[in-house]
Amino acid sequence: MEIGSVIKHDLNKAPHTGDWRYMHPEVDKKKCIGCGTCVLFCPEAAITVNGKQETMNSKKKKGTAEIDYDYCKGCGVCAEVCPEKAIIMKKK
Amino acid sequence: MTERNVNNKKLALTGGAAAAEALKQIEPEVMPIYPITPQTPIIETYAKFQADGLVDTEIIKVESEHSALSAAIGSSAAGARTVTATSSQGLALMHEMLYIASGMRLPILMVISARALSAPINIHGDHSDVMGARDAGWIQIFCENAQEVYDKTILGIKLAEKVKLPVMVIMDGFNTSHSVENLEILETEIIKKFIGEYKAETSLLNVENPMTYGPVALQNSYFEFRIDQEKAMNEAIEEYKRIAKDYAKISGRNYDYFEEYKTKDAEKVMILAGSAAGTAKVAVDKLRSQNEKAGLLKINLFRPFPRKEIAVALKNAKEVIVLDRAQSIGTNPPFYAEIVNSLYQMPDTKYKIRSFVYGLGGRDIFQKQIEDVFSGKHKEKYIK
Repeated sequence: MEIGSVIKHDLNKAPHTGDWRYMHPEVDKKKCIGCGTCVLFCPEAAITVNGKQETMNSKKKKGTAEIDYDYCKGCGVCAEVCPEKAIIMKKK
Repeated sequence: MTERNVNNKKLALTGGAAAAEALKQIEPEVMPIYPITPQTPIIETYAKFQADGLVDTEIIKVESEHSALSAAIGSSAAGARTVTATSSQGLALMHEMLYIASGMRLPILMVISARALSAPINIHGDHSDVMGARDAGWIQIFCENAQEVYDKTILGIKLAEKVKLPVMVIMDGFNTSHSVENLEILETEIIKKFIGEYKAETSLLNVENPMTYGPVALQNSYFEFRIDQEKAMNEAIEEYKRIAKDYAKISGRNYDYFEEYKTKDAEKVMILAGSAAGTAKVAVDKLRSQNEKAGLLKINLFRPFPRKEIAVALKNAKEVIVLDRAQSIGTNPPFYAEIVNSLYQMPDTKYKIRSFVYGLGGRDIFQKQIEDVFSGKHKEKYIK
């Protein structure tokens, strides 16, 4: 135990989400239109929209949302704000 | 005794200014303050030093004492040498944060002009405020006069940083804080060398080694942290003695756990702390001139309380007279309770121990009254 109940953190591990996360978001890549709404709402800044230009059904796409599960706490905000219902919360 | 350093200055200062003078030499990095009588001479003198550019200190002017100590806790956790000062209601308002400072083991130094508590409102000296904080896990050091305030402020910061516990250096409001006395100031360089540079082992501002301060500790660990805190407090007894000895080497003034004034062969020993010790010494001298074996034991270190050492110091006394400048309403006054506690461990506890309360709300105590207490003429509990 540290003096004064101080907790020392290991920089490589400390900020990562523990195994306490109950639900996690999954992105349906087919439905995602890459609008980036979830990126702005994510409180952990754990979502990026990758910039690859892909073509699918001859429509141009900006890319799709990708979630960094090391930092995602599973709060579900992204699933709530997604206009296409492309993000769904799932249990482990 | 070491030889007097010719560079030491003799100054006439109030107790408050003496504390500020010591703080000037300590030069804390941060000082969150909120004014209250009779603590004001400490912080206003120090603020002037800062305004004149004599010290490099971040003075944080806050909106209450609760904030003052909260800011001090933040600053100390961030790794800065931190000092504050208060009195009476201010200390009462800090109460919640007192336990956090000691629980987080932050070496904050707080200079206190002890003052009566409201109601009824009274701004004069007694020990009611500091006695209310006696179980808060802070080291408490009492001072008799301006010289002691200066010396013990320096002792205090060194002790705090050594044992990682916060320290209160306590002077009597007005009696000491506003009375001008001659005192000796050591050279700043010597003081700086004595206290050394402060480097916190852990600090919030160390981004390479991130820390969490003040986390939750429930049934599985809280108990252990509390035991640790008590262990540190017990270690502070030894450490205080060591630091006081080191300080005696540079200053010639030794502050043991308590000062024994003519107690060696004394049959009647009076115990008290603070500014009344001066009057009591004069009374003891007079009684000695009349061949009465009187003595005085002046408490310097009250938390941690040196129980064993006091019991040993009193072993030849027949009668012990304890004077408190505070009440503990509903039970015996604080010093008296501690002394009874200390003496009970002695194999032969046939002492006559008498308890008196004096000086509440700044009421003066006179030499004649102390003589009457010694002789047994004064029988009432209160010396009014």
